[in-house]
Amino acid sequence: MLSFIAVLIDGTIYASWLFLVAAGLTVIYGVMRILNMAHGSFYAIGAYAAASAIGWYFSDGTGSAGMSFLLLIGCAIAAGLVVGTLVERGLLRFMYGRDEILMVIITYALLLILEDAMKLIWGVNPYFAYQPYTALGRSTIAGLKVSNYDLALIGVAVVVGLALWGWLERTNLGKILRAVIHDREVASAMGVNVRRMFFLTFIIGTTLGTLAGALTAPSISVVPGIGVEVIVLAFAVVVVGGLGSIEGAAVGALLLGLSRAMAVHFAPQFELFVIYGVMSLVLAIRPQGLFGRTLARKI
Amino acid sequence: MKTNTIKRQLAAGVAALALGAMATAANAADNGKYRVGIVTFLSGPAAGPFGIPSANAAKVIVDGLNKGALPAPYNTKGINGAEIEAVVIDEAGGATKQVEEFRNLVQRQKVDAVVGYISSGDCLAIAPVAEELKALTVFYDCGTSRLFTDNTKPTYTFRTGLDAAVDNIGAVRYLAATKPDVTKIAGIQQNYAWGQDSWTDFTESLAKLMPKAKVVESQMPKVFQGQYGAEISALSVKRPQVVHSSFWGGDMEAFVLQANARGLLDDAVALLTCGESALDRFKDQAPNGTIIGARGPFGAFAPDNELNTWFVKAYTDAYGMAPTYPATKMAHAILGLKAAAEKAGGNNGSVPTAEATAAAFKGATFESVSGTAKMARADGHQAVQPISYGTYKYDPKTGKASIENIITFSGECVTPPDGTTSDAWIKAGFPGAVCN
Repeated sequence: MLSFIAVLIDGTIYASWLFLVAAGLTVIYGVMRILNMAHGSFYAIGAYAAASAIGWYFSDGTGSAGMSFLLLIGCAIAAGLVVGTLVERGLLRFMYGRDEILMVIITYALLLILEDAMKLIWGVNPYFAYQPYTALGRSTIAGLKVSNYDLALIGVAVVVGLALWGWLERTNLGKILRAVIHDREVASAMGVNVRRMFFLTFIIGTTLGTLAGALTAPSISVVPGIGVEVIVLAFAVVVVGGLGSIEGAAVGALLLGLSRAMAVHFAPQFELFVIYGVMSLVLAIRPQGLFGRTLARKI
Repeated sequence: MKTNTIKRQLAAGVAALALGAMATAANAADNGKYRVGIVTFLSGPAAGPFGIPSANAAKVIVDGLNKGALPAPYNTKGINGAEIEAVVIDEAGGATKQVEEFRNLVQRQKVDAVVGYISSGDCLAIAPVAEELKALTVFYDCGTSRLFTDNTKPTYTFRTGLDAAVDNIGAVRYLAATKPDVTKIAGIQQNYAWGQDSWTDFTESLAKLMPKAKVVESQMPKVFQGQYGAEISALSVKRPQVVHSSFWGGDMEAFVLQANARGLLDDAVALLTCGESALDRFKDQAPNGTIIGARGPFGAFAPDNELNTWFVKAYTDAYGMAPTYPATKMAHAILGLKAAAEKAGGNNGSVPTAEATAAAFKGATFESVSGTAKMARADGHQAVQPISYGTYKYDPKTGKASIENIITFSGECVTPPDGTTSDAWIKAGFPGAVCN
């Protein structure tokens, strides 16, 4: 019984993390049709920025936990705004309208550049910024000790998911964005500044990536390569949910999180395989993903 | 933050060293110097915990030897009087790339010897090429037990570090000596050859030395996974008394942080075979009493001898922190090379041939920062040294960590006799082991 409860808790926590990591990727694809390989680097930049700030804040031993959480979120937003603006204004705006495959290659090149840039800025040694993770303590649920920080991550993922959904479905700006998603040419003809929408979307997507990294930093050792590891998982989530679908990313994350937790508890030898096994199964049944729409190809 | 600044400076320093060394080496094929290729991770996840400390140690030792600043028996300048020139290469990129880099070092850069390799995959790929090219090669860290079982008649390849099986035999002997009543053991390893082999060696040794202890859970997450929530729950529900892990680098630090925050380490003692490499970073996140190792008498476990005292001071003066075990292992390997090359002799200032140095290295006994090393296994090509384990202790007042309750097991107690594989030796119940 304890193992089943553990699967539920672990699966939900992991799913929350997966959703946070994948949300920015799916938002950018949904609006801009860019499979952004550099999203993993945005995650890593958020993690490094947060770890540096937390290290600085606690360096004299007098930091408070509450302020450190604000610092995490502040770092993520600042890093997202700066990096998003630089990448969109400095590179991507010159590439709009190109083939989707070409955009994958361009963002992959960007990932390689950013990985090296991070080594130049932060070096290759690990960064350890655990204070926010341990400050919240832990709870015992049905005999299982769980970190409150991890539980709080579920809340953050729900808030982010609802905020994205509300923004797209309940605001005028969201309606304009949906018009761009539906048909960017018609939206443009109706007076929508599509390029401004792209810029806004990219900044939000980048900030979601840096936020995921910043919130993960306190529970890991921040080292070179963490972004590359994460991008593969993020792709699995958005492919299972359907490229460009927020609700798809949420359901995909939950499906993969729970599947992985079940494997870890009941069949650890399949743990490496399970995420890609589930992804293959979903794609075999619904090639467009759980919430993806089948689109007629324009000729 | 200050530490992070120092780390950035270290990385920048190593990068500068590498670039500078490569630039000078490219246009000086035969300059009368003893040219040594130093191969270790300068990028990727293994760079921070292992590669950078190793490269830093190489710089400290090479500079010290060139100045003749080391204590006896290494108080003569350079190697056989010839100035040592280091050519530093990044080990990242996989075995195929490393074979190309190795050929480049030997054939184009004309190095006299290569000291390097952390990854077991790289060692296994390089060993036959080194023999083919007749290039003197000293493996300083990789732990694969297959190095001299696949490469059965080595001439030019040597390993001054210990076989990985030694880590786990030593770990079980430490448990048997300090926690003989333990009955429930769990493990978490990175899912590749290193983790799987470590777990096999550990569990097979456990079956022989602590037959009452049973394995209640084994987890093998992907290397560099970073998030271990589900694995920690799976370990927790089995209520183990000891959790063995061969994790290294960021994975090890993340696991300890998360397991401690989740309360797993309140109830179980972690046994970390590579734990010493994060001694200064664990702070209060590793509970006191955590059992840690250093893969031999290296780092904080290095003996209190004149050579190590010099090395620790020189390294600390240069980099603001004490050397961890990968750094000591690099220093140990370079000293072994100097001992062998000078034993090979020749005129002062001349560079002995690879053949002469290899013949002198074979079966040699040399003094080092880690004590006395005997090249007594694999027909004189594999070092035998003791291994130590101890428990972690953090002092929040000083912010310093230390190791206590250290037990050292002699090389003959934890190393298979020559001609016997570690697997066969463990399964046979360690015949011929001489324990202190």
